[in-house]
Amino acid sequence: MSATLEVRNLRTHFFTRAGVVKAVDDVSFSVERGQVLGLVGESGSGKSVTGFSIIGLIDPPGRLTGGSILYQGEDLAKLSERDMRHLRGNRIAMIFQDPMMTLNPVLRIDTQMTEAVHAHVKTTNADARARARDALGMVGIPSPEERLNAYPHQFSGGMRQRVAIAIALLHNPDLLIADEPTTALDVTIQAQILAEVQKLTTDHGTALIWITHDLSVIAGLADRIAVMYAGRVVETGEATDVLDHPVHPYTHGLIGSVPSRNKRGERLRQIPGMTPSLLSLPPGCAFRTRCTHATSVCEQEPPTSEPSPGHTARCFHPIEGNAP
Amino acid sequence: MSESIIELRGISKRFGPSYDAAARMARDIGSRFGRTPKNETVRAVDNVDLIVTRGEVVGLVGESGCGKSTLGRMVAGIMPPSDGEILFKGRDIASLPPDAAKDAKLKVQMIFQDPYASLNPRLRVADIVGEAPRIHGMIPAGQFDTYLDEQLRRAGLDPAFKRRYPHQFSGGQRQRIGIARALAVQPEFLVCDEAVAALDVSIQAQILNLFMDLRRDLNLTYLFISHDLGVVEHLSDRVLIMYLGRIVESAPSEEIFGRPNHPYTQALLSEVPRIEARKRRFTAIKGEIPSPIAPPSGCHFHPRCPSAMPRCASEAPTLKEVAPGHKSACHLNDAIM
Ligand SMILES: Nc1ncnc2c1ncn2[C@@H]1O[C@H](COP(=O)(O)OP(=O)(O)OP(=O)(O)O)[C@@H](O)[C@H]1O
Ligand SMILES: Nc1ncnc2c1ncn2[C@@H]1O[C@H](COP(=O)(O)OP(=O)(O)O)[C@@H](O)[C@H]1O
Ligand code: SF4
Ligand code: SF4
Ligand SMILES: [Mg+2]
Ligand SMILES: [Mg+2]
Repeated sequence: MSATLEVRNLRTHFFTRAGVVKAVDDVSFSVERGQVLGLVGESGSGKSVTGFSIIGLIDPPGRLTGGSILYQGEDLAKLSERDMRHLRGNRIAMIFQDPMMTLNPVLRIDTQMTEAVHAHVKTTNADARARARDALGMVGIPSPEERLNAYPHQFSGGMRQRVAIAIALLHNPDLLIADEPTTALDVTIQAQILAEVQKLTTDHGTALIWITHDLSVIAGLADRIAVMYAGRVVETGEATDVLDHPVHPYTHGLIGSVPSRNKRGERLRQIPGMTPSLLSLPPGCAFRTRCTHATSVCEQEPPTSEPSPGHTARCFHPIEGNAP
Repeated sequence: MSESIIELRGISKRFGPSYDAAARMARDIGSRFGRTPKNETVRAVDNVDLIVTRGEVVGLVGESGCGKSTLGRMVAGIMPPSDGEILFKGRDIASLPPDAAKDAKLKVQMIFQDPYASLNPRLRVADIVGEAPRIHGMIPAGQFDTYLDEQLRRAGLDPAFKRRYPHQFSGGQRQRIGIARALAVQPEFLVCDEAVAALDVSIQAQILNLFMDLRRDLNLTYLFISHDLGVVEHLSDRVLIMYLGRIVESAPSEEIFGRPNHPYTQALLSEVPRIEARKRRFTAIKGEIPSPIAPPSGCHFHPRCPSAMPRCASEAPTLKEVAPGHKSACHLNDAIM
């Protein structure tokens, strides 16, 4: 089965005055039709930049400096801006961390949504409006007909996020990138959004990349997981392999710090220290300043190991056994 | 029963129509839908009773807009209630002489969700943390730096950073600054409003550990507001579930998570994302959280409740004990008994 998306050795670097920020550095993964990839990592690890790279929204001083992004066999990195614009919002959609990246604050919701419909299908205004209304209903906005007349500022943050999600779902995209879209939402609303995107993957075969720092959401949603740290994928595999038998010390640390993995009321296991600045990464394994398993060899570039088929990690001292 | 630190008696908070932009906006949206409520008052908190005893961690959970922050602000003394009494160590704060009331208020401090918005960007860490204790004369003459360094260290910050400004810190460090500021006035009670919501899991664990250490070392009492049920379960001795301004269930943590009584609590718990879950089907509680301007009659939850009976639309259930220390406000409990 061919993948909807195959990212190979992607590098996206920002050439800032302070130095080169290697936000995405040799990242590879693939997502198949109808499958969900969970892209996990802490703030600043390069998750959003990976998403922006795929949909062609990297602006100077940023640049794709290597690798390929194969969407249904075609390299998006080589596509003209015109062809890319045709795919974006239609076959490939992204839900941004900040809904106001999708929404225009001075336009009514109906204007924005019908424009988004007309951008990719020839249809009547009435039909565009009906599609917009149905999409709002789908993400749990009550009285969608009336709310089409509202402006973004008349919605709460959670409702704005749902409008942005509705716009991303308008054309049943083949590839959907969702960047932490439910982090700020309540569990009840979150469940509703998860139910909608899940339906899209099963009914329409959409390939979904769900970006988050929350392993608990990913556990119930993802088929595969890729864990990012400092611009690299440090571990990837089937969700069950990564969550039940993580081998990279960083993945171990992440799972171990989830409250439900700790004895109630006791101190949580925690990863010491903070995310390093991408401008001053230590040579070798970027995690080594925080890693309890680090030895002097970790000052070299860590090798990739494959503890089970399709499950890989970049580490000198992969951990065996079960998750913490 | 151990000593009560905070007691709320029949606390309510109503926001009138002209209060602020948020309220006006809610009204505008309401009228767009052809519902022009006659009474535009928002009942953000509706007749809440609560006793928190020394050393206890009480978790407060509920959907966005249900009144958690409003309740927290009243407990922290930064917003007056519309009705009811707030007792600090058994004494009504409103009836205390000004000096004693001020002291009581200092003993209850609040920590906010957005570590950045709650810190003045133009002040150095030393001033952010040191200002209140200096103003209130809590620092012996000539000992400002020693005092300050101790507060910073207690919150896990290197005192070497005290000349810096908030923007020079990461999110987790900013939250530590907020914690140091709260601790600097030697509080006995902390209201934490979504205090770890903006943080990554790994930083979140560090801050939660800090809260637990402080509880042990300083014998602090907490009201811990969070929409993350995993965090609440880990930290809390007792959990309150709030729905549209009312407490609908209150029980020890193991009881709430092990034997939830209220249909709303049950629905909420069934949606908690769990790392133990694997590829599951997601569903949602039917319907939107209704408007607090025009809450549903009777039991506020009845339009979304799978077990609603005719009586639920007309009669508001009261909190009743269903097991020792476990209270729930649902008519189903009458039917069984
Ligand atoms: N100053 C105000 N004027 C008018 N209405 C207000 C005001 N502050 C809060 N409200 C309303 O009171 C209700 C409760 O608000 P509150 O901030 O306590 O909710 P919350 O439970 O903390 O929600 P969240 O989880 O989103 O933080 C909401 O309907 C809100 O719109
Ligand atoms: N426009 C930009 N200019 C310079 N650096 C950037 C830019 N956008 C992102 N970065 C850097 O790239 C890294 C990855 O960022 P991002 O992908 O947003 O992380 P996250 O995993 O939190 O989504 C960070 O160090 C960030 O500061
Ligand atoms: S390579 Fe070394 S430092 Fe890096 S994660 Fe593995 S053991 Fe730790
Ligand atoms: S009182 Fe009625 S509507 Fe309310 S929770 Fe109980 S059964 Fe449901
Ligand atoms: Mg991001
Ligand atoms: Mg709040």
